[in-house]
Amino acid sequence: MLAADLLVAQNIGFGIMALLMVIGALRVVTVNNVVHAALWLVVVLSGAAAQYLLLSAEFVAITQVLVYVGAVMVLFLFGTMLTRARIGAESDLNNKNWAIGVPVSLVLLGVLAWVLIDGFGDDRLPDPDEMGQVPVQVLSDDIFGPYLLPFWALSFVLLIAVIGAIVLARKD
Amino acid sequence: MLTVQFLLLAAVLFCIGVYGVIARKNAVMVLMSIELILNAVNLNLLAFSARLGSIDGNTFALYVIAVAAAEVGVGLAMVLLIYRNRRSIALDELSEMKG
Repeated sequence: MLAADLLVAQNIGFGIMALLMVIGALRVVTVNNVVHAALWLVVVLSGAAAQYLLLSAEFVAITQVLVYVGAVMVLFLFGTMLTRARIGAESDLNNKNWAIGVPVSLVLLGVLAWVLIDGFGDDRLPDPDEMGQVPVQVLSDDIFGPYLLPFWALSFVLLIAVIGAIVLARKD
Repeated sequence: MLTVQFLLLAAVLFCIGVYGVIARKNAVMVLMSIELILNAVNLNLLAFSARLGSIDGNTFALYVIAVAAAEVGVGLAMVLLIYRNRRSIALDELSEMKG
């Protein structure tokens, strides 16, 4: 493998982002404060948007920032504020038998890593120059062409979710 | 860049999310862990989209984001309702449907 093939800058960026995302994700599931967990989730979601940029999917990256970091996080913070009398640290966020989760997720990670390394060991992504950008026009042609029916279904899902959320959260 | 580095990152995030769903008692925290899992899936979809030079993975990722937004909206409304009725959102206290 030539040194020029290694894409040093992209790999360094990937490494930093991956490290931040893993640390953030671990904090989300271990920290004892719901608001802090939501803020660590912002780190993970922004890192995911950066990884999407590395995969030359700009439109999905921008949608990720708008929808997740913008809207979903505000929903989470509102949910926390409306269901919790106090915002500070709490001691009882974990189940009694939370320790079962550790071996389950470690075994799952082992199996997944084994399969992925076995199947895609030195499979390389195309170079960014060849990969090019994903033009939004092509993406919209894909959404409104072959995937039009799922798009309609998704519109109904969103409509029904909005109505359902209003009906569920009404006072009376 | 190797394909497997994105896939392994997604696998790590997925497993952390699974741990969160199993270990957490607070319903809002469980919803956050589900968001971690959905993001891992999106990362996989986009990695394969770039690998295969196909745009379908981008479309799927957008649909996953939209469904996740709807899921969070309905999920938090349900959490709010449970909190209003029971003054608690600890999931292990919701045992009425246990046989």
